[in-house]
Amino acid sequence: MGNTMNLDIRLPIGLLFTLLGILLVVEGLIGGFGVDLAWGVVMVLFGIAMLMLAGRAAARRRSDAARR
Amino acid sequence: MHLGIVDWAIMLTYFGFVLGIGVVLQRSVRTSDDFFLSGRRMPAWVAGLAFMSANLGAQEVIGMAASGAKYGLMTSHFYWVGAIPAMVFLGVFMMPFYYGSRARSVPEYLRLRFDEKTRAFNAVSFAIMTVFSSGISMYAMGLLLNLLLGWDFNASMWVCAVIVLAYILVGGLTSAIYNEVLQFFLIVFGFLPLVLLGLHDVGGWTGLQAGLARVAGAQGFAPGAWSESWRYLGNTASNPMGVEWFGMAMGLGFVLSFGYWCTDFLIIQRAMAAESMSAARRTPLIATLPKMLFPFLVIVPGMIAIALTAGAGSSGFHLPPKPDGTLNYDLVIPVMLAHYFPSGLLGLGLTALIASFMSGMAGNVTAFNTVWTNDIYAPYLRPGAGDEHYLWIGRLATVAGVLLSLAAAYLVAEFNNIMDVLQLVFAFINAPLFATFLLGMFWKRSNGDGAFTGLLAGTVAAGLHHGLTLPAHATAGIKGGWLGVVHAYPSEMAQNFWTAIFAWSTCFLVTILVSLATRPPDPAVLPGLVYSATPRIVTADEPWILRPATLGVAALAAVVVLNLLFW
Repeated sequence: MGNTMNLDIRLPIGLLFTLLGILLVVEGLIGGFGVDLAWGVVMVLFGIAMLMLAGRAAARRRSDAARR
Repeated sequence: MHLGIVDWAIMLTYFGFVLGIGVVLQRSVRTSDDFFLSGRRMPAWVAGLAFMSANLGAQEVIGMAASGAKYGLMTSHFYWVGAIPAMVFLGVFMMPFYYGSRARSVPEYLRLRFDEKTRAFNAVSFAIMTVFSSGISMYAMGLLLNLLLGWDFNASMWVCAVIVLAYILVGGLTSAIYNEVLQFFLIVFGFLPLVLLGLHDVGGWTGLQAGLARVAGAQGFAPGAWSESWRYLGNTASNPMGVEWFGMAMGLGFVLSFGYWCTDFLIIQRAMAAESMSAARRTPLIATLPKMLFPFLVIVPGMIAIALTAGAGSSGFHLPPKPDGTLNYDLVIPVMLAHYFPSGLLGLGLTALIASFMSGMAGNVTAFNTVWTNDIYAPYLRPGAGDEHYLWIGRLATVAGVLLSLAAAYLVAEFNNIMDVLQLVFAFINAPLFATFLLGMFWKRSNGDGAFTGLLAGTVAAGLHHGLTLPAHATAGIKGGWLGVVHAYPSEMAQNFWTAIFAWSTCFLVTILVSLATRPPDPAVLPGLVYSATPRIVTADEPWILRPATLGVAALAAVVVLNLLFW
């Protein structure tokens, strides 16, 4: 899946949500907003999950290419 | 509403990603196929999320929340009745012909199956429509940002237009699709906390029901009229929408929904960009899952807002009134964002809203540049030029599309009536379309003359029906009755549904009659375009769980369960 594409969409999604999540966590800690903190953590986890999926797909592509 | 540094940081990060995606994708655009169809390389799940998101403009988000407040849970019919069955039909039965014909657009399919005049009619009306919808979307955004944040109306429109222009210009459809997927997740993450905080405030689902019972009681309806979807559809007087089950099922569930989801190029383009036939068929089927859950994200906030306004909850949330004293339903989402979100989440929610405005615009612009280049410029203005030339024209059409949308936005801002008139005319043109495609794909005897006359007759029938009927409490004019009032409907919604039913039936009958009276189409061109002339697609090599029929049945079963749960 997606091995002919130039950019795996999961990469920018993962990066964006990790970054936005970190921003929220920081704001939650500084401003004392519990909801920011909690939702920021959820977003960081989602972002990391997306990055891991993208990484796994890239690794699979590399090993496929190596076999060929 | 005041924005803090972190809100700005969130917004700018998002804009940075939007433009960055365009830049990275730039090198993948070499041919016009890359630009207009993403080189047909999209995996099914990406195309599926884009398919669902392309329709999820900000007006949809704001409008659905407003309807949630105005009509309650019945608004979910626009999803569970008015979208899912049509999306399943598209994936299982129609996509093989769209994708299999290798047409690059819906109008091009009409040329392959019928003739040039049918295609030209569809292409020109569609192109005008996309420009105006994207103009209306820009106008709404400029207005909202001005109201909420005090931003300059012109500046917010132009800045967003330039960003959209930039990322489509360099990355083409791929860029638009990627940003739609990004927007999908942004909307989920931006609005989900709103629903959770609102539900918490109103006292959970039971608290919401109790609050809505008060709302319903105050307007003289049964207590469940705002929190149950089907129970009060027996007659038009017992529900706030003023519709009954037949008009709902036929008008919305069949004609309007199939007409939109199965023929509108703006969304079909996302499936045509899929990497294979089976991915194309799975595109709308995958989209059904988020689609059936979206009412909880966009309609429930409206229900919460109206329940709170009626006195439920403890945080003192209240919908603001309009100058004439009635509640301003369109402000549900913005006002809730301001009320519940601290700085940080506020930036996220606003960014989600702006993202949906922009991707609504981008969806229209990418559909416009394709139809203009592929179905108007190439066949009629400059046939036979090289691919490079058409790629160049496509980019030029992108610039023109954005500029025309801006012009349309100013036109709408200047003459507010234009918007109503145009939406009306578009409704007339769209209502009969599904009859044409249904007969084109499943009846091999239907021909170009039949299709074209049927479309015209259906559009005229829609106009006549609208001109001869009037919703209750309306004055003759833009709302109908401009030819004299023969019948009065209890609500505008009921009138819309029935206009669609008349238009569809007229087109269906006229297409059949005219086709039978004229020459049958050449059988040699039909394979791949018509059901009975096309070999069955073998899906046996796919795992059964991924076959379109399996996914379609699962989606329908799930939506039946949802309807029963919230009956």
